[in-house]
Amino acid sequence: MSGPTFSAVPLARGGEGLFPATIACVHCGQTAPTGERFCCPGCAVAFDTIERLGLGRYYRQRLLDPAARAPRPEHDTDLDLTRYTVANPDGTHTLSLAVDGLQCGACVWLIETVLARDPAVTAARVNMTSRQLKLTWSGPAEDGAKLVGLVSQLGYRLVPFDAQALAGARDIAGQKLLRALAVAGFAAGNVMLISIGLWAGDAAGWLAGMGPATRDLLHWASALIALPAIAYAGRPFFASAAAALRHGRTNMDVPISVGVVLITTMSLIQTFAHGRDTYYDSAVALLFFLLAGRVLDHRARGQARATAEQLLTLRAADVAVLCPDGTTVRRPQQAVMRGDRVIAGMGERIGVDGVVERGSAPLDTSLVTGESRPVMAAPGTAVFAGTLNLGAPLTVRATATGDATLLADCVRLIEAAEARRSRFVILADRVARFYAPAVHLTALLTFLCWYLAWATPLGESLLIACSVLIVTCPCALALAVPVVQVIATSRLFRQGILLKSGTALERLAEVDTVVFDKTGTLTEPSLKLDMDGVSKSDLTEAAALAASSRHPLARALLIASGPVVAAGDVTETPGQGLRSRDTRLGSAAFCGVSSLISTDQPELWFTRPGAPPVRFAFTEQARSDAVPTIARLRKMGLSVRIVSGDHPAAVAKIAAALGIEQWDAGCSPVEKVRTIEAMRGQGHRVLMVGDGLNDGPSLAAAHVSASPATAADVSQTVADVVFQGTNLAPVAAIVETARRARRTMRGNLALALGYNLLMVPLAVVGWVTPWLAAAAMSGSSLLVMANSFRIGRPQ
Amino acid sequence: MTVILYLLAASLVLGGGGLALFLWSLRAGQFEDLDGAANRILFAEDDE
Repeated sequence: MSGPTFSAVPLARGGEGLFPATIACVHCGQTAPTGERFCCPGCAVAFDTIERLGLGRYYRQRLLDPAARAPRPEHDTDLDLTRYTVANPDGTHTLSLAVDGLQCGACVWLIETVLARDPAVTAARVNMTSRQLKLTWSGPAEDGAKLVGLVSQLGYRLVPFDAQALAGARDIAGQKLLRALAVAGFAAGNVMLISIGLWAGDAAGWLAGMGPATRDLLHWASALIALPAIAYAGRPFFASAAAALRHGRTNMDVPISVGVVLITTMSLIQTFAHGRDTYYDSAVALLFFLLAGRVLDHRARGQARATAEQLLTLRAADVAVLCPDGTTVRRPQQAVMRGDRVIAGMGERIGVDGVVERGSAPLDTSLVTGESRPVMAAPGTAVFAGTLNLGAPLTVRATATGDATLLADCVRLIEAAEARRSRFVILADRVARFYAPAVHLTALLTFLCWYLAWATPLGESLLIACSVLIVTCPCALALAVPVVQVIATSRLFRQGILLKSGTALERLAEVDTVVFDKTGTLTEPSLKLDMDGVSKSDLTEAAALAASSRHPLARALLIASGPVVAAGDVTETPGQGLRSRDTRLGSAAFCGVSSLISTDQPELWFTRPGAPPVRFAFTEQARSDAVPTIARLRKMGLSVRIVSGDHPAAVAKIAAALGIEQWDAGCSPVEKVRTIEAMRGQGHRVLMVGDGLNDGPSLAAAHVSASPATAADVSQTVADVVFQGTNLAPVAAIVETARRARRTMRGNLALALGYNLLMVPLAVVGWVTPWLAAAAMSGSSLLVMANSFRIGRPQ
Repeated sequence: MTVILYLLAASLVLGGGGLALFLWSLRAGQFEDLDGAANRILFAEDDE
């Protein structure tokens, strides 16, 4: 990450394996202090509670995702729950809460069991898909706080919401689609069944033919099933088509709606006129195929919705403001003024941007910077809204509050950039733009030819014109893109890559430039010691001191030296250094050295009596697969750039190591956006890869964006693609898959159009019968699907 | 050919019954949490 520059010292994070003393917290899995079982008292309480209730199997059965938020307890005790509590007629109360930190089935079980153990609780149900808890209890509304407390002390963050107000609470759109699909499926099955009888009876002589009365009966039965079904199941398409036409646009739903309505009307006229051919089966089957595609599409994108709502919940908590008389009052974030002193207790999120005045504590800044190791804050440290206090209470003087905070700023920039991006027109709609008029014109000309030129009766001319509409039905065309999207999305999902936007694939395929953020994206989170001019004995002596610290530089020093015997009697001054009697290891100031070397590089000084001071310099390491990934991207014809907020020297070094010629350094979030906009202005399509809060706006400004799963929440919310793991390879993989997907989509569209071109002449001359139309439609749909499944296979 | 009438009615009743059941289960919320349903069976024995 190249987050806002924290004038603070990061503490260590476990897992390098050299120091068995550093272990994961038994409860939340984050790094625990040396020799401790827990990372914080909150976790100890949570573990205790779970064991006391006899629910220890939670620890054995859970699956912790290292990329997700750890179940570390925070204090959100001052949430106003009563406003959201609904009183039921039978005297019970119900509360709907969003659960943050839910990771697996064990979490669901734990929450439900803990709540069920409370005699007052009558129902507690966690929805794992939408991450929501519905809690019902008997007794006064005020008891809700106690029950919510039971769950939040286990490390889950609960945010109440108004179930009526939040449209996303229940997946209304998804349910509508499913219902429509069910109705269309029912109707398609039955009408098709009847149609087979009709077609068989049509083959007179083979099955002795079918009497006109029987045929009429079967037509009426079909109509009876098909008409209500079409009216119901067609609504998603009719509504979308109507909306598009109102705005003077056209989309794929327009030809679908026109086709379905015309086919049905014509069939109905035929039924009344005791005609021979009806096309109810085609109309219903068309809707069924299309709805199946929509349902799959909707499900594939379901996960994105939850992430997008997370940002809003962060503004919910109140802030404790310290009054001049020493008392504290809690105020909403918007009501805090600049210059107010704000107290952030342990486990609380800081509600303002400001400067620490009193106290020192480690902070979890992952929301803002994506940096997962705690950062030490001491008086004078700048802190940002949204960071979580992991230690003793801090007094912070607010420098920006409410809508002026960095967090709010980024949210605004993101919203602005996203509004711009939503103008992207998807491939299917671009095809629909010329396809719909072409089809309708052909049908009209066919009708005019038959009716005027060849003096055919009106009914028959209409019938032939409609058969043109049926064989050109956009069924295969409408399936061509979504089926590929669903398959490509699930294929990427299996590789740990989450596509959040429906149009991300199409936009990814168009990319010609990849812009990387440097810190945390191109580079490893840990540092490496420069061995130039460092003697082995100096290193060993310094490492003996460093062994008792969790500071990342001290740890990097230890990794370079190998195992050493730790020095005794070491004291650590947070943010400055270590000392053991007269030996010191730390910043230049701490060691009393006046440094003449430019300090762009992270460094440690080592001083002891009777020896010259020694300087240890550290460098960032590029990710292990950065070079091959960049080579792969270049081979695909993409140009690669770095845009970083870091010092030019640091950026130049990494750029040189990776062979990237174009780089910008020292960019603020706004400058990053400007750089991206400039590239866009030159006609480039930019894929932005970044992870910090400061990357959020540029992620949104880029043509398409990706974030690692370790990124700040804000970046993940904005990014079109979130990839897991510590490698960069997914960046190349997503572009490759997107390009294959685009090739397949185009192939599908060509297949569907080719098929139609073949059938149209037959329809124009009036040779298409209902069974031929049904076969043509299913055939082209199956062909398109079979072609799409090819991208599911490895190359 | 009156048998067709019975057959038509029978197929509609059966199909309609299936549709009604599906719509009922959808309304009852059985399709709201497919991820949860898949995970719940792993912890079923403790549920009362």
